[in-house]
Amino acid sequence: MKMTMTKIARAACLAGVMAAAGVVSAEVLMNGAGATFPNPMYSKWFDQYHKLHPEIQINYQSIGSGGGIKQITEGTVDFGASDGPMNDEQIKQFKEKRGTNILHFPTVLGADVPAYNVPGVATDLNFTPEALAGIFLGKITKWNDPELVKANPKAKLPGNDIVVVHRSDGSGTTYVWVDFLSKVSPEWKTKVGTATSVNWPVGLGGKGNEGVAGQIRQIPNSIGYIELVYAVQNKISYGRVRNPSGSFVKADLASVTAAAAGAAKAMPDDFRVSITNAPGKTAYPIATFTWLLIPDKIQDGAKKKVLIDFLHWMLGQGQMSVEALDYAQLPKQVVAKELKAITKIQ
Amino acid sequence: MATPVAELPAAPSVRRAGSFFWGLHGGDKPAFLITISCAAAIVLVTCLLVYELFVNSAVSRHKFGWDFLFSRVWDPVAGQFGALPFVYGTVVTSALALVIAVPLGVGAAIFLSELAPPRVSDTLTFLVELLAAVPSVIFGLLAVFVLVPFLKQIEPVLRSVLGWLPTFQGPFYGFSLFAAGVILAIMVLPFIISISREVLLAVPTDQREAALALGATKWESTWQVVVPFARKGITGSIFLALARALGETMAVTMVIGNDPKISASLFAPGYSIAAIIANEFTEATGDLYTSSLIELGLVLFALTILINGIARLLILTTTRRGET
Repeated sequence: MKMTMTKIARAACLAGVMAAAGVVSAEVLMNGAGATFPNPMYSKWFDQYHKLHPEIQINYQSIGSGGGIKQITEGTVDFGASDGPMNDEQIKQFKEKRGTNILHFPTVLGADVPAYNVPGVATDLNFTPEALAGIFLGKITKWNDPELVKANPKAKLPGNDIVVVHRSDGSGTTYVWVDFLSKVSPEWKTKVGTATSVNWPVGLGGKGNEGVAGQIRQIPNSIGYIELVYAVQNKISYGRVRNPSGSFVKADLASVTAAAAGAAKAMPDDFRVSITNAPGKTAYPIATFTWLLIPDKIQDGAKKKVLIDFLHWMLGQGQMSVEALDYAQLPKQVVAKELKAITKIQ
Repeated sequence: MATPVAELPAAPSVRRAGSFFWGLHGGDKPAFLITISCAAAIVLVTCLLVYELFVNSAVSRHKFGWDFLFSRVWDPVAGQFGALPFVYGTVVTSALALVIAVPLGVGAAIFLSELAPPRVSDTLTFLVELLAAVPSVIFGLLAVFVLVPFLKQIEPVLRSVLGWLPTFQGPFYGFSLFAAGVILAIMVLPFIISISREVLLAVPTDQREAALALGATKWESTWQVVVPFARKGITGSIFLALARALGETMAVTMVIGNDPKISASLFAPGYSIAAIIANEFTEATGDLYTSSLIELGLVLFALTILINGIARLLILTTTRRGET
C-alpha cells in the first residue's frame, strides 16, 4: 500500500516536472537510493544543492546499502549509495545488466565504537583487537579475563559473564565491525567472515543502533558496537581501541579522518578500499568510507551534467558542512584523487 | 447461500428479453456480481501470493530442497540457509502467547458479556477495542522499556517456582522467547476478548432462560449453556489471535533477542520467521540470500495453514465427542 502511494506520488511528481519542463526546459529530477548511515548528510547536501540550483531536485531514499546496490544494478535509480564497496561479483552483474562500468565515490567517513555497560566501571575501557575478537567469538567470556585486565590495569573489572549484543538487521555498521575483526583475527575470518549480516557465534541481536544501544543499557555486563554518529548524538560513552601502531585511540572526527589519510597512500583507482586497521599513530582502526555508486556512462546529458557538478560541489563546499552533523571529513589526498576520477563519467 | 437468492428474480414464469435488466433493477444480480467478485479477489490475492513466493524462492528451493526446513544453520557469508530455528521460535512464541491469552481473554469476555453491569461492560469493551488499534511498534517499545525490566524482576520468583522445568533454566537477559511470548499475549488479547464477547452476547436469551428455568444457577447456565453455544465463535477468535501471533514482526524482533538458536529454555533468546525477513531483506544481496528469505515467507504461509488445519481438526473431533 505504502509502495503504491509512493509510486503514485512519484508519478504525480514526474508529471508535474514534465509539465513544468514544457515551460522551463532546465528542470532536472534525479533519484538515488541506498545506505542509511549517511542519510542525514545526503539529505542536507541535496537540500543545500537544491537551494543553490532551484531547478534541480535530487531525491534520496535510505533503503539500505544492499537495496542501493540492487536498484542501481536494475537501473531504477540514477545513482546508488553503499557503506560497503560493491564486490567483484556485484560489479560483474552490473556490467552484464547495464553494459557499462560502475564508479565508487567516497563521500564521508563513519566509524563503529564499542559500547558497554559494566556496573562499577566509570572510566573509558581500552580494547585490544584480540580482546574484541575473543569476546565476539565467545572465547573471552568474563570481564576480568587477563586480556581485558592487561589493557585496563586501573579499572575494577568484575568477574561477571560478558553478554554480547550485535545488530540483527543487515547493516553497513555490521560490515565495518566484522571487517575489522576479520583483519585482526584469522579465526574470525575463517569461521565467520565479512558481510552485512553474519552467523554470529554468540550474542543477542538488536534492531538498528537504537536496538543495540537499548539492549546494552538494559543488560548489565553487556558489550556491543554502534555507529560513532549515533553514540555522539545520544551521548553514549564508548571505549578506545588499539590501532596497529599500538596506541589506544578513542574514535572522534579527527582520528577517523586520520585513518582515511593513512589509507589514502595505498588507495586503489576505483576507491574500493577498506580502511579498517589502517596505519597511522592517531588513526582509529574501525572506520570506513561510505560511497556513492555512479555508472560511468550516463545517456541523459542533463543528468550527467548535474551529477558531475554535484560531485564537484560535494567534494568542495559540501565537505564544509560535514562536521556539523558529526561525520568525519574526507582527507585532502582522497578529495584530489576523486576530482580526477570524475572525468571518467562520460 | 448466494445461489438461490440470486436466481430468484431470474426465474419468472415467462422469460422476456428484458428479464436481465429487470434483475438489475431489482438489485439482486448486481449485488451477486459485486459480492462474488469481492470473494474472488480474496482467492486471487492468496493464489498470487503463494505463486510469487513459490516462483521467487526457486533458487533456494533447488539448492537446499527439503533440507531447508531441517537445517539449523543461517550463514549469509557461507551461503548456508536453514529455517528450523526460525520455525521453532515462531511456533514457541505463538504457543506461549495463546497459553497466556486464551484463558485470560475468554475469562474476560465471559465477565464482560454475562456478569458485568452494562455500563462497566461498555467502558471496558471500549478500552479493549482501543488496545486492538495500538500499532505494534508501540507494543514493542512498551516491551523493551517496561515488560523486559518487569520480567527481570519477577524472574527469581519464576525460577524458584518453575525452575525444575527445562523451559525455565539458563541465564535470563530479558530479551528472550519468554518476553516475546508475553508481549504477543498482550497484543492478541483484545482480539480474543472483543470477538468472544460479541459471540457470547449473540447467544439467544431463550437459552439462558431455559437453563435458569431448569434450576441452573447463573454460573451454571453461563458455563454449561452459553459458553458451549458460543464455542465456535470463541474458537474463531482464537484462530484470529493465532494468525496475528504467527505473523507479528516488529514487537517480536524488538524483544526476542534475534539469535537463531534452538534452546529448550524460554529464557534463552530466539528468532522468528517474520522477524528475520524484516531484519535482513533490505540488505540481502545475491540471489540465493534473497531467495532463501522469500522461501522463509513461503514456510510461514505453510506453517499458518498447517497449524490452523490441525487446530480445526482438533476442535472438530472434540466437538463431536462433546455432542454425542
